[in-house]
Amino acid sequence: MMPYLSLSIWVPIVAGLAVLAVGRDRDAAAARWIALAGAIAGLAVTLPLWLHFDTGTSQMQFVERSEWIPRFDIHYHLGVDGISMLFVLLNSLMTLVVVWSAWEVIQVRVAQYMAAFLIQSGLINGAFCALDGILFYMFFEAMLIPMYIIIGAWGGPNRVYAAVKFFLYTLLGSLLMLVALVYLYDVSETFSILDWYKVPLSLKVQVLLFIAFFLSFAVKVPMWPVHTWLPDAHVEAPTGGSVVLAAITLKIGAYGFVRFILPIVPDAARYLSHFVIALSLIAIVYIGFVALVQADMKKLIAYSSISHMGFVTLGFFLFSQLGMEGGLVQMISHGFVSAAMFLCVGVMYDRMHSRQIADYGGVVNTMPKFAAFMMLFAMANSGLPATSGFVGEFMVILASVKVNFWLGATAATIMIVGAAYTLWMYKRVIYGAVGNDQVAALTDLNRREFWMLGAVALLVFWMGLWPKPFIDVMHSSVADLLAHVAKSKL
Amino acid sequence: MINDLDFAAVLPEILLLCGACAVLLGDLFVGDGRRHVSFWLTQIVLAAAAWSALATMPPVPRGAFAGMVVDDTLADTLKFMSCVAVSLMLFYSRGYSAARGLFRGETFVLALFALLGMMVMIAAGSFVTLYLGLELLSLSLYAMVAMYRTSNAATEAAMKYFVLGALASGILLYGMSMIYGSTGSLDIGVVAKTLATGQGDRTILLFGLVFLVSGVAFKLGAVPYHMWVPDVYDGAPTAVTLLIGTAPKLAAFAFMLRLLAVALGSLWFDWQGMLMVLAVLSMVLGNVVAIAQTSMKRMLAYSSIANMGFMLMGFLAANPSGYSAAMFYAIAYVLTSLASFGMIMLLSREGFEADQLSDFKGLNQRSPWWAFMMLLVMFSLAGVPPTVGFYAKFAVIQAAVDAGFVWLAVVAVLTSVVGAFYYLRVVKLMYFDDATDLAPIDARADSRWFLSANGLALLAFGIFPQQLLGICVVALANSGLL
Repeated sequence: MMPYLSLSIWVPIVAGLAVLAVGRDRDAAAARWIALAGAIAGLAVTLPLWLHFDTGTSQMQFVERSEWIPRFDIHYHLGVDGISMLFVLLNSLMTLVVVWSAWEVIQVRVAQYMAAFLIQSGLINGAFCALDGILFYMFFEAMLIPMYIIIGAWGGPNRVYAAVKFFLYTLLGSLLMLVALVYLYDVSETFSILDWYKVPLSLKVQVLLFIAFFLSFAVKVPMWPVHTWLPDAHVEAPTGGSVVLAAITLKIGAYGFVRFILPIVPDAARYLSHFVIALSLIAIVYIGFVALVQADMKKLIAYSSISHMGFVTLGFFLFSQLGMEGGLVQMISHGFVSAAMFLCVGVMYDRMHSRQIADYGGVVNTMPKFAAFMMLFAMANSGLPATSGFVGEFMVILASVKVNFWLGATAATIMIVGAAYTLWMYKRVIYGAVGNDQVAALTDLNRREFWMLGAVALLVFWMGLWPKPFIDVMHSSVADLLAHVAKSKL
Repeated sequence: MINDLDFAAVLPEILLLCGACAVLLGDLFVGDGRRHVSFWLTQIVLAAAAWSALATMPPVPRGAFAGMVVDDTLADTLKFMSCVAVSLMLFYSRGYSAARGLFRGETFVLALFALLGMMVMIAAGSFVTLYLGLELLSLSLYAMVAMYRTSNAATEAAMKYFVLGALASGILLYGMSMIYGSTGSLDIGVVAKTLATGQGDRTILLFGLVFLVSGVAFKLGAVPYHMWVPDVYDGAPTAVTLLIGTAPKLAAFAFMLRLLAVALGSLWFDWQGMLMVLAVLSMVLGNVVAIAQTSMKRMLAYSSIANMGFMLMGFLAANPSGYSAAMFYAIAYVLTSLASFGMIMLLSREGFEADQLSDFKGLNQRSPWWAFMMLLVMFSLAGVPPTVGFYAKFAVIQAAVDAGFVWLAVVAVLTSVVGAFYYLRVVKLMYFDDATDLAPIDARADSRWFLSANGLALLAFGIFPQQLLGICVVALANSGLL
């Protein structure tokens, strides 16, 4: 069998290096076409994962394992299960969207821009596929470097602050995780993540490990109160950077919860579940209200991301099939919807060079096609049935009502607050009389933008109307994980 | 008593000494315009010494000259690496030295003598040999710093280096004399045996140990014996800074290993505590103070202090994985450090040192390749994968956790977050800022090729570290030190 996972990691990275080697500033067209070819090839090699995936088993599939650093018993060990497989696809797809979205928008240092995204895409796939602690850590850390440069080099006026804050925040969390990984190696003499699932640990040790892992992943998700890097990073990043940040890198944080925290320290996870649920609810409700008052569209969507990711962590820590699947579905849906929202803002920003809501008004008069697309994504962001945003949220709310009515009721406020901030922004930007001369001069979507948004819109509808294929993929892995978490490791 | 085998054990040193004398004499007959003859002669000597170090590698440790020197895998590995480091240093500094009137026979000869001192230290089997090697190294370095006579900063740095270095040597010698007084021997093996049987006055031993550790900490530049490091790094011509900041760290590792781990191995519990204090202080102070620097060389000086703290952290685990981690750390640091000062010299030209942080502004616009090399250097120093610096940090953290010092590992990672800030700042200057200096980067082809290879090696060893990790384990195991 072909090593599809290795290909999904290395094809984009090699393509990125090729872009760097061939494309110079004078020859931007070559860089764009090679990047597009690389992104398409990167997506093509991940499609067999979807086609050949066996939904009947919770075992790791497409496994590759070979010795890498025998000194520390570190292996090049890759594999995907129902939890991680979809994110590899999502990431490869988003890379294509990002390359497409930057086509004529990025004019300076095109080759470096494209290469940074392609290399980052490979590294992210690596993090989702890695089954060795250090291999995961390698990818997890290395992906900070391209994003740091993307934000800092192509970002807005306050980009340096945002880039450094992004890097240091994430690094702090992940270095504590490194200590935790080393500790687990010391206890178990292996870096294999799957072997760690079976290592017995005392509650005290579990809680300490939980804290180390939690800090790392909670920063990445991000959960309240370690979320403050995200609005800065989103606002300053170029459109592509925001898309990848919201659609993919946040998911790695949530993925860390299900790959590391729940199975490795299940007792601590159950012991501290109230704490995580409380933080999630704060994120859902409080951050939702914070989003309401934003004057900057990107900031608003950034806060909306935090609020939606609160749903994911809430779903995970209910320890029920419905909740966990809801969380995972929400992750994928949020990948589509938040990416689409950032793309929409990018489309407007490219024309007006402003992200302030107040600078707009009446855009529908000059950009009707765009207004229709944005309407769809705004509805999906507020969780309207028949869009992907509804499925995950509904599942999590249902699961939390089963645990406690008031928990469900509090979580359900997102349906109201989310609709309020999204639609209010939509109303102020799109509807009303034409706000100013600049808006009057706007041109509607060109063909590139139309297909870019159209593709994402199809996915939003697919997942909203027929989510079963997605849920089937994750079903047995989630069931197995929950059975494992229910067993004590003490 | 002395036989042929004894001479085989010190073949690299003999070759180096003869070669240094040959360069010294030969240089007299070479005109100013043809110094490159001396340069290439020096490189040939270095290549011969490096080759003989590998060729004479014995399968089991072998004492020579009545135990004054030992020849083992560890010694030969480190000797080889020191030769490579000095050779690279001469290649990198060729253009830089020529522009400052330092491309002279004396530079080459002193570099060779410094290397000879390192080799003697690395191969020492007795306290006397250790001390001799250390002094030969130090005196050559003092002279090299002072050689840049037209620079006030260099003269001042040489003075500081000499006065403080002499003081530290005195402290070290005093400590050695106490150990001698207590055990009755200067031979490392005999001292170790005597202590293992519980002989010797403990008070005197501990007293001596404190002096020894202080002396070692001074040579490493660990806090609170670090005061000379920033001034000397900053004041010395960059070529000499490169020499001071790289190969001697390997010798210092061997020095520490022979002195503390072998000779005073029975007192491990006592020196462990002392090293712990040194390690924590170095990591904290080095990383915090580096943030405030505006000079690249001073920043790298504080970075070296912090890095030595990390190396000590591996060493103080006092177990095999700790020693091999510390050795790997030293090698990785030397490799990274070579490239960092090499980059400064690459950007410098006549009358322009390129030693300020702001001199790196917009490097990506001037040359994406060199910006990428510097990016690798910075992330390697910060310990971010996929660079070799990550495995260095990983290995020492693993050793510390293995020895039960999880809290030390946590302190270390917290300080490295602080450290990441100033390394990121250099990346920021290169990638996010606009260039103010648009002069083309012009360097000799050989130094460009070697520097590129050096930078890529950081990445290559970061992705495939097993080879280097394996060398460290094998070197220590075959030397009977594990």
